[in-house]
Amino acid sequence: MKIEMHVNGRPVSGEVEGRTLLVDFIRHDLRLTGTHVGCDTTQCGACTIHMDGAPVKSCSVLAVEAQGAQITTIEGMANADGSMSAMQQAFQDCHGLQCGYCTPGMVMAATALLKETPKPSEAEIRHYLEGNICRCTGYHNIVKAVQSASGQDVTPVAAE
Amino acid sequence: MPKDGGIGTSPKRREDIRFLSGTGRYTDDINLHGQAHAVFVRSDVAHGRLNGIDTEAAAAMPGVIRVFTARDFEGCGGVPCGWQITSRDGSVMQEPKHPILAEGKVRHVGDPIAVVVAETLAQARDAAEAVMPDIEELPAVVDMKAAVAEGSEKVHDDLTSNLCYDWGLVEDNREAVDRAIKDAAHVTTLELVNNRMVANPMEPRVAVGDYAAHSDESTLYTTSQNPHVIRLLMGAFVLNIPEHKLRVVAPDVGGGFGTKIFHYAEEAFCTFAARALKRPVKWTSTRSEAFMSDAHGRDHVTKIELALDAENNFTALRTETYANMGAYLSTFAPSVPTWLHGTLMAGNYKTPLVYVNVKAVFTNTVPVDAYRGAGRPEATYQLERIVDKAARELGVSPIELRRQNFITEFPYQTPVAVEYDTGDYHATMDKLLEITDHAGFEARAEESKRNGKLRGFGIAHYIEACGIAPSNLVGQLGARAGLYESATVRVNATGSLSVMTGSHSHGQGHETTFAQVVAEMIGIDADQIDIVHGDTARTPMGMGTYGSRSIAVGGSAVVRAAEKVINKAKKIAAHLMEASEGDIELKDGQFTVAGTDKSVAWGDVTLAAYVPHNYPLEEIEPGLEETAFYDPANFTYPSGGYGCEVEVDPETGHVEVLGFAAADDFGNVVNPMIVEGQVHGGLAQGIGQALWENCVYDADGQLLSASYMDYAMPRSTDLPMFKVDHSCVTPCTHNPLGVKGCGEAGAIGSPPAVVNAVLDALNRGGHAVDHIDMPLSPARVWAAMEAARANMGAAQPAARAQETAGGRSVGTP
Ligand code: FES
Ligand code: FES
Repeated sequence: MKIEMHVNGRPVSGEVEGRTLLVDFIRHDLRLTGTHVGCDTTQCGACTIHMDGAPVKSCSVLAVEAQGAQITTIEGMANADGSMSAMQQAFQDCHGLQCGYCTPGMVMAATALLKETPKPSEAEIRHYLEGNICRCTGYHNIVKAVQSASGQDVTPVAAE
Repeated sequence: MPKDGGIGTSPKRREDIRFLSGTGRYTDDINLHGQAHAVFVRSDVAHGRLNGIDTEAAAAMPGVIRVFTARDFEGCGGVPCGWQITSRDGSVMQEPKHPILAEGKVRHVGDPIAVVVAETLAQARDAAEAVMPDIEELPAVVDMKAAVAEGSEKVHDDLTSNLCYDWGLVEDNREAVDRAIKDAAHVTTLELVNNRMVANPMEPRVAVGDYAAHSDESTLYTTSQNPHVIRLLMGAFVLNIPEHKLRVVAPDVGGGFGTKIFHYAEEAFCTFAARALKRPVKWTSTRSEAFMSDAHGRDHVTKIELALDAENNFTALRTETYANMGAYLSTFAPSVPTWLHGTLMAGNYKTPLVYVNVKAVFTNTVPVDAYRGAGRPEATYQLERIVDKAARELGVSPIELRRQNFITEFPYQTPVAVEYDTGDYHATMDKLLEITDHAGFEARAEESKRNGKLRGFGIAHYIEACGIAPSNLVGQLGARAGLYESATVRVNATGSLSVMTGSHSHGQGHETTFAQVVAEMIGIDADQIDIVHGDTARTPMGMGTYGSRSIAVGGSAVVRAAEKVINKAKKIAAHLMEASEGDIELKDGQFTVAGTDKSVAWGDVTLAAYVPHNYPLEEIEPGLEETAFYDPANFTYPSGGYGCEVEVDPETGHVEVLGFAAADDFGNVVNPMIVEGQVHGGLAQGIGQALWENCVYDADGQLLSASYMDYAMPRSTDLPMFKVDHSCVTPCTHNPLGVKGCGEAGAIGSPPAVVNAVLDALNRGGHAVDHIDMPLSPARVWAAMEAARANMGAAQPAARAQETAGGRSVGTP
């Protein structure tokens, strides 16, 4: 089947089987390998992208379902001048990542949260990110990164 | 004050840029031209005779290149084990063959039987469904104690029994310990289970094999914590490929936690198949496959007894542990319940007599090996649980009982072989009580009571042994490897440099911390320094990253190599400034002559090394590149006090972690931000083990917890913000940085703190529960409260909260 969509602002097209998952289309056909796969039961969130502005686990969507959609992946998150977005920068500043595997999904989910709730509380952040598993950080510094990206004061890292 | 970006500061991690922008290069991101895809056909029964495999239909399916079975591996070795344990009676452990693909029998759910290689992944998957193994099911061996009973079904027909080894430490202490326990004023006894864990790094394992016919060279890209170890094991023992014709690359690796140390059949398969098919072969694990093929962790069943005199001094400790090996011996499996566990049984305490017995058992389950902490969490859990239980039985404070028995003089020779160099356990305890606001606990408990909840506080104090060494000692203990680390510092003509380390970073941030160390030593900007790791073609033979060894052993190797470089550079500088070598100082990237205003810049010296026109050629060679292999004199011994505050809902048994604090002594710290992150992650895993995570098999050996729907990973909503402190510092005395290692501490100290907190809450609430096995799920906590209610008034010191031990750590969801 032929599909067409916009990914990170650029028109793309491809030939896929009916069973091809969107995440596989993104990773294999488009070679955008920043989006990761961490499970096969739609539980981990490593594959989170934005589809028409909303966060979506791209392992739970068929590529054909994204026909005509506007897709954003981690590769499309930088500012226009190439610098990291506020959320990406906050993850680095707050040491919100270690191995980096869950990170693209986390950044996509956290960015979506701030669109809905510009100044989330700790509990709101934790609740929103419940579908994104991180095995490295214990979430502590991820929560701080999201608070920091939303302009809230956080204790500087390594000075608590 | 430390210099900006130097040792002791927290510069941001440079590796983050690629991870945050989606340009990281993990193994699954590697796609080679002409690559074929492998899908494994795995056993869905725990134990069975493999009478045949019908591959005909699969081989005829579209896109299928070849279907492999055990027959293709005749002439290859099995997956080797890297550590040999000697039993109490002097015999060596029983070591079964671990074939790449099942031969004659399948021995656990997930045991690989055949592999389909096809043009596309979808075609390989489809064809794998058509492979028809003929398996005659046999009774499964699951329960460890039943496995070693007379007449048990055997996992391996060619072994004498399911007992791998029966080990004792220290055998000569055995009688004295027995006597001390018999004569003691008080003996506390506890039977407990250290639940089976699945490491679950978020990146599943991947292997890509490649073969270059023109040079007869094989390359394996793999998700490994130690590429050189994989090259040695796979090349020399499995596939007979000489090391100089085999390259192993572990690029960005998405977490390891131990389970990516080991050499796996899938790595050997992809390397072998690429040679056989003369094209790249790729295998990517699904999460479901990971649950049944990644080595699991923990799974010990233990009886522990602590003897005390009339003044509550610990006089002796005796343990008997059954340790699950699973169906085969994974790479370092035999070392985990023995040398990484028995040697820690003194803990922080001056107990004069300790005896540890461990029986390792084969069962029809996935192999068990090191998982974050590896042996040390099991030791700490036993000790810190029994000390708490003793305090409750004696009616004394668990804090005071610990303090009274703390080791206070260093170096301290334990009765279990190891000698601690430094530590200050009262200091970490004091710090812990301060940061947990222990003084305010009673008021908080009252508040919880008013809300109908039970609040409890639990502590644990741990000792860890990191950077296992020296090599000649570990050789005597049965290691079939050395445990040094390597580094090459290659300086370029213009002064920038590459540090090639044998350590491997899969989240630990070496690219930042190792650069901090070298930048500080030379006095140049960290941007001038590149850290290279994870490729046997680009780094000297190294042992990789596990056991919290990277900064203590790998960092020390970097220091030694940089020292060699600096010493040579000083000779060159002395020549350039016509001064004597002894007067040369290096500071802030400038060489100076003491007592003069002469100076020459780092870059001028490095240039002279490669353009040796004005150069002492008769004394030293041109160039500036040095390698060091560092073999530590001893382990390092981080320690710390951990405190957990929980609230239990008496209606449901649900436990909420309200606060968790860690006061660690890691010795000197290179990057506090990274150290704290390591502790956070360890805490999440340890709290996860205590409250939620559990790998469960049923009596038939079926794996019940084989996905994230059944295996409870800690999620963001489950955990509180942590309080971590590393201001108590007793530097390591025998490595150049004075560092001790921090990677596993969080996972070691936290499980007993959580369990002690829950039991404190229950007992304060009038429920006389003396133990609950992990994970403390609502069902288990509630059942324990109910059982305690039923027993109320009856003197039942041995009353068990529920059916747990009995030889099986698994089987109770
Ligand atoms: S890969 Fe999509 S949720 Fe895990
Ligand atoms: S940073 Fe490794 S899984 Fe989140």
